[in-house]
Amino acid sequence: MASSITIEKVDAAYGAVRVLEQVTVEARPGETVVLLGTNGNGKSTLMKCIMGIVRPRSGRIMAAIDGVQHDLTSLTTEQIVDLGIALVPEGRRLFPMLTVEENLALGAFRPTARAQIKQNFEACYETFPRLAERRGQLAGSMSGGEQQMLALGRALMLAPKILLVDEPSVGLAPILVSRTIDTIKQLKDRLKLTVLMAEQNFNQAIRIADRGYVIVHGKIAFQGNSADELNNNDLIRKFYLGL
Amino acid sequence: MRSLVFYIVSILVGAALFGFARWLGNDYLFFAGYTVLQFIVLATAWNILGGYCGYVNFGSAAFFAAGAYSSVALHKLAAGIDRYVPESLAGLAHTILPLPIPVLIVIGGIVAGLIGLGTGYLTLRLRGAFFAIATLALAVVLQTLIVNWDFVGGSRGAYIIRPSEVPIIGSYIQYLFLIMLVLSILAIIAARAIEQSRLGYGFATIRDDETAAEACGVPTLRLKLIATTLSGALMGMAGAPFPYYIGYLEPGSAFGLAYTVNSIAMPMIGGTTSWVGPLVGALLLGTLQQIATVTISSAVNLLIVGLLLVGFVIVAPKGIVGLVQDFMRERGPEGSEPTWRTRLATFANMRPGAR
Repeated sequence: MASSITIEKVDAAYGAVRVLEQVTVEARPGETVVLLGTNGNGKSTLMKCIMGIVRPRSGRIMAAIDGVQHDLTSLTTEQIVDLGIALVPEGRRLFPMLTVEENLALGAFRPTARAQIKQNFEACYETFPRLAERRGQLAGSMSGGEQQMLALGRALMLAPKILLVDEPSVGLAPILVSRTIDTIKQLKDRLKLTVLMAEQNFNQAIRIADRGYVIVHGKIAFQGNSADELNNNDLIRKFYLGL
Repeated sequence: MRSLVFYIVSILVGAALFGFARWLGNDYLFFAGYTVLQFIVLATAWNILGGYCGYVNFGSAAFFAAGAYSSVALHKLAAGIDRYVPESLAGLAHTILPLPIPVLIVIGGIVAGLIGLGTGYLTLRLRGAFFAIATLALAVVLQTLIVNWDFVGGSRGAYIIRPSEVPIIGSYIQYLFLIMLVLSILAIIAARAIEQSRLGYGFATIRDDETAAEACGVPTLRLKLIATTLSGALMGMAGAPFPYYIGYLEPGSAFGLAYTVNSIAMPMIGGTTSWVGPLVGALLLGTLQQIATVTISSAVNLLIVGLLLVGFVIVAPKGIVGLVQDFMRERGPEGSEPTWRTRLATFANMRPGAR
C-alpha cells in the first residue's frame, strides 16, 4: 500500500523571521509532487519541518504510511526516519571524510533499516553501478554527479516509502541535472515511492511532476493539478520565464 | 577476536613498560612517566569529543581540575571525618577512609562526567567557535568557584600528605604510575572500541555534517551528550590522582593552561581520526616536554607545543597518522587529497605576502 503526506496550514519561523505562512501541501500515494520556488522562499524549511528538524509554530503534518496515520509534528527526527521517510538534503550533504560504502551504511543507521541492510546495499549498487565501483573512495573526492547519486543511494538505504528531495539540481551541470531528475523518476516507479521534490529548475522539475505548488515568500501562491496547468500559468511565466 | 588480540597486546605492552621502569629502578622515571601517561589519557579523552565529533573543547583543564578537586574534597572530608559523622558511624568511616585512589578515580570520573553532561546540555545549539568559547568560559567559572571554596583550600591551595609506601608495590610514585598506566590503557581501549562501533560512526557523521546526520536518523543530540560525558569523565579520571602526585594543589596549577593546550595539541599533532593519534602525539610531546624540563627549563614546554602545532597545521593538518597514511597511499591509486609533499611544496613556493 502506498504512502502519502499531508501538510496543513503550517507556520514556521526562525526567531522573529516568518518563513512559512499557512502552507498546505499534499502528496497523494504514488505521486511526484514538486515544490517550485526561487531561493529563500521556504522550500528547504518545509522539508525540514516534515523531518522534524525545524518545528512548525502551528499546523499539522500528517503522514500515512501503509494506511496508518502518523502525526509527524509530535515525532522526533529519528522516529520520522524510522517510519520510512527519507530526505536527500539540499547540496547533497554527504559525509566527505567517509567512504562511499560508509556513507551508504549510515543511510541505514536506524535499527529498522539495518534489519535489511544487505538487500538494500544490493539494490543500491544495482541502481548505481558507479557507486559499487567507487565503494572504497572518500565521498568528498567524487564529482558532483556521483555525489548526487550517493546522496540518493544513501536515502534508498532506508528502503523509504516517501522520498523527500531538496533541490537535486544544485551545483550540477545541466546534463547531470536532467539525468538526476530521470533517475528520481525511475526510482519512484520501480520502488513505488511517493516523492516530494523541492526544485528551482522549473523546466526539469516539471518533466516528472504529477502536480506542483509554487511557493512565494513562504506562501503557496499557486497550485497546479497537472504539469500542463503549471506550464501555462501567469505566475510561473512571471517568476521563471521572465515573460 | 581482533579486539581480544588488541587487549592482550596492550596489557603486555603496559606490563613490559612497568617491568622495564622497575628494572631501571629510577624513581624520577616514574615521576616523568606519570605525566606522559596522564597526557595520554587527557589527549584520548579530548579526542573523543574533538576528533571524533569535531567539537573543539577549550576547557580540558576544567574537567581535569574537577577530578583533581573532587579528590581534594574527599581527602579533606576524610581528614576531618569525626566532625562530620555521628560517633556511632565513626568506626565504619575510619575503616573505609581514606578512600583508595582507584575509588577516587571513579568518583572524579563521575563528577567530571556530570559536568560534561551539563556542558553538553547547555551548549547543544552551539557549534564551531561558539562551542569552543563556551567551554573556555566553563573553565573560568569553575576556577572562580574553586578559588572561593575554602573547604578545598581556596586560592591558598591544599596540601595532600600522601603515604610514602604502599603494600606490594613499594614506593608510592610507582603505585601512581601503575594506576595511570592502567587508566591510559583503559582509555585507549575505550577510544578504539568507540571508533569501531556504531557510536563511532555516529560521531563521525556529526563531525562531517550534522544536518545530513539528522536526515539519516542519527540521534545527534543523544550522541553529543554521550560524547561530552565520556570525554569529561575520562579527563576527570586523569585528574583524580593528581593531588596525590603533586602533593600540593592550588587552582592556578590545576586549571593550568598547559592542560588545555596539551590536550588539544597532542591529538592534533598525532592525528584526530583514530585512537593512535592522541597516543602518538602524547608520547611524542609529553616525552619532549619532560626532556626539555630536565635539559633546558620547564618554561620552554609550551613553546615546543606551540611551534610543533604551527608546523603540523601547515604541513600535515591530519597529523602524524595522516602523514603515514599519505605515505602508504602515494604508490597506490591517486587520491584527490593533497599529500604532505604537495602541501610542503605549496608552502615553500609561497612568497611573503602571497595568499
